[in-house]
Amino acid sequence: MRLTKSPQFWPALVLLLLLVANGVLNPQFFALTWRDGHLYGALIDILNRAAPLMTVALGMTVVIATRGIDISVGAVVAIAAAVAASLIGGKLVIVDGQQVHAPSVAMPLALLAALAAAALCGLFNGLLVASVGIQPIIATLILMVAGRGIAQLITGGQIITIYHPPYFFIGAGHLLGLPFALWLVAALLALMAWLKHRTALGLFIQASGGNPAAARLSGINARGLLIAVYAFCGLTAGIAGLMISSNVKSADGNNAGQLLELDAILAVTLGGTSLLGGRFSLRGSVLGALIIQTLTSTIYSLGVPPEVNLVFKAALIFVVMLLQSADFRASLTDTAPASGLEPPLMALWWAAKGDWDQAHKIVQDESDAKAAWVHAYLHRVEGDLGNAGYWYRQAGQPVAKDSLEAEWERIVSALLGSGKT
Amino acid sequence: MMSTATEPVLDLIGIGKSFVGVTALQDARLRLWPGEVHALMGQNGAGKSTLIKVLTGVHPADSGTMRLAGREIRPESPQAAQALGIATVYQEVNLCPNLSVAENILAGRMPRRWGWIDWRAVRRLALASLEPLQIELDPDRTLGEYPVAVQQMVAIARAVSQDARLLILDEPTSSLDEAETERLFTVMRRLKARGVAILFVTHFLEQAYAMADRITVMRNGRVVGEHPSAELSRLQLVSLMVGRTLEAADLAGARAPKAQPRALMQASGLGRRGSLQPLDLTINSGEVLGLAGLLGSGRTEAARLLFGADRADSGEIRLDDAPLRLHSPRDALNAGIAFCPEERKTEGIVAELSVRENIVLALQARRGVFRHLGAREQRELAERYIAALGIKTADAETPIGQLSGGNQQKAIIARWLATQPRLLILDEPTRGIDVAAKQEIMERVLALCGEGLAIVFISAELEEVLHTSHRIVVLRDRRKVAELPAETLDEAGLLRIIAGHDAATEQAA
Repeated sequence: MRLTKSPQFWPALVLLLLLVANGVLNPQFFALTWRDGHLYGALIDILNRAAPLMTVALGMTVVIATRGIDISVGAVVAIAAAVAASLIGGKLVIVDGQQVHAPSVAMPLALLAALAAAALCGLFNGLLVASVGIQPIIATLILMVAGRGIAQLITGGQIITIYHPPYFFIGAGHLLGLPFALWLVAALLALMAWLKHRTALGLFIQASGGNPAAARLSGINARGLLIAVYAFCGLTAGIAGLMISSNVKSADGNNAGQLLELDAILAVTLGGTSLLGGRFSLRGSVLGALIIQTLTSTIYSLGVPPEVNLVFKAALIFVVMLLQSADFRASLTDTAPASGLEPPLMALWWAAKGDWDQAHKIVQDESDAKAAWVHAYLHRVEGDLGNAGYWYRQAGQPVAKDSLEAEWERIVSALLGSGKT
Repeated sequence: MMSTATEPVLDLIGIGKSFVGVTALQDARLRLWPGEVHALMGQNGAGKSTLIKVLTGVHPADSGTMRLAGREIRPESPQAAQALGIATVYQEVNLCPNLSVAENILAGRMPRRWGWIDWRAVRRLALASLEPLQIELDPDRTLGEYPVAVQQMVAIARAVSQDARLLILDEPTSSLDEAETERLFTVMRRLKARGVAILFVTHFLEQAYAMADRITVMRNGRVVGEHPSAELSRLQLVSLMVGRTLEAADLAGARAPKAQPRALMQASGLGRRGSLQPLDLTINSGEVLGLAGLLGSGRTEAARLLFGADRADSGEIRLDDAPLRLHSPRDALNAGIAFCPEERKTEGIVAELSVRENIVLALQARRGVFRHLGAREQRELAERYIAALGIKTADAETPIGQLSGGNQQKAIIARWLATQPRLLILDEPTRGIDVAAKQEIMERVLALCGEGLAIVFISAELEEVLHTSHRIVVLRDRRKVAELPAETLDEAGLLRIIAGHDAATEQAA
């Protein structure tokens, strides 16, 4: 009952339905096989393909939580890929009659440089937003446009092919049977969850996004926070750039990460984080990214032409957004409780719907003990414990100490059990 | 003073209005005669706006009768009121800055010829509307090219060109400078000479006295007086506005016992262009310093400078005799200064976050990102303050937006007490809070003062300021005008200082 109130309920349900639909269309869909020490299967494939999007969506989540947006992530993906590829590029040399690749720069150094470049891009965005005061969408539009040019400059206008096999591990390697990219995503998620819950960053970001003026007056360094958040988002785009370029063994300044920013924003909103900032959900964004990737895979497996893919995506997003809108849900489900309900139950129905006033109105007109019990519950919801105490006495019920959800269910079961309606 | 007309233009009797359980107007009475400028005054929330909204058909009245030139009226919309001859010009000009002056004046009633707009007639009619006000404008120019003051006059021209018998000006001067105000007054005098009755809503005393024949004062939704302005002294006017329910109850006794005061903070020449003239302030530990003054006197501005919420552009602050530079609230927080802002909703609470998160916010900001308060510490802290301040909430995890105003305010105070500040600045901490909660909040804060906390207390309620402060600084027109120990003052004396210069002469009389 209360599960549906979780902001992640609807996206999770949609993902589940998509998976079930796949399972019906393709009986092999859920099959997992163990081959050469790796786990294989359609599910693993979807997860693996979603890795770059999940990565970028996680970075985007914190930016959106501050009431911002970063539409340059696709371009930053291209820049990171270009830096890594051009540094690793090197030459093919013949050693012992075999073609061997000699990187011009050691791989760790190249990776570090690529990530640093991406973080620097994010830092630039953050400075524009926090210090210069440009609106986030405009500030990041600058890099969105310029970024692809920068990437092309780095690659010299070519698609750079990478021949260095160790580099392929990032996007195509396996660790403990699972794709390495998934471990990267898991590590990122764990790190961010830790920062959110075990440091004050979660609180500061949500406070700044929820009410910037109040956050400032509470002593939060909003500027530093914003710069850090954008730089972090750039860094996640850099990681995604490494994944993508490693997976396709090349860096294409023009097409790498194309439209990734839009998918990332979609993933975040699908996951229940509001574009208005404030509360954010990391799990939700991962869920959102998985929905997008599952849908894409489903459409391909159905043999639908790729051009139609985007239309399907748009339609699905439309549906999920509607489901997430509380108003729409209310209008979809009954707008009034089933007739014939006893007044106290009807009040509880309204209370569960979040219409406290309507619920209160009903119990106010009733005088029996059942209504008094619901009345007490309503005042407890409101936080007026003194008033609630009075009604508990009227109802002859002990003052509830458990959670509101538990009490709601307790009253409902008690009332349903007592009166046959 | 009055015209010879025997019948008032407007006669409102016994107007009552309430919104879901809140009484906004009670038995309000307002009478205007032809050719009269009538000032409507009162503090914020006194009911002026509600009265005007009832009069102009925005809200229907719950009770009472309204007569316009003797005929009973019941306007159901602003358009209906306009058609009856009630013209209104609001504080914010609501014209279209991207259209021409003429289009703005005649919008909605453009003269037509053969179905097409007759632009020559538009121009002629626009000039005709501007002419009696003696405003010289090019009717073809875009309105936005003119300064706000001129736009306001265009709004007036538009309003009165529709045969207005009654013109309502709702705080028309709040965004005008002196010269512009004078121009507006000239226009008002011309309209007055033509027999238009003008209801002039303002909170500037000077302007009310300069323009109004009579003054109606409102407080708490009631009309508390209607007087010819020549017979109403400033002192009486301010008394009426702020109300004086002076109970001779032992005021000094209510004050917190004064610990040995020790200078904590000294501000000298602290000021900011356009908001506060440089002033000196000394704040002592264990003492409540009251800042008194009318709305716009600079009391909030002073508080914001002391907290670094706004940057001072002159003067210096010393804390414990060491210079203190306040670039941001963060600096103030680190120096042990706390500030509960006046606007609880827009500057205080983060509505979607829980009571717990709202309470720990400032303390956590002071500790920084990595010295994180653990879940249990946060919960204990929140529960301690919920109990200590009597915050009514289902639990610490309830979003603060769901709490009542008083409980939100207590949570914001808790946020600051949690930082264990040395100086607590309270800007209207009891505004919009019911009486019991008010009392409770003040008692708890004063108890802390007894333990050595320095408090700067701002309130529009004189009684409250007198009641709780040890020392009072009075501000008027963005200037410090007096500093007095509270025990030497009574409410009348404080009123006199707030009201300004003519008070002294009156006392002599």
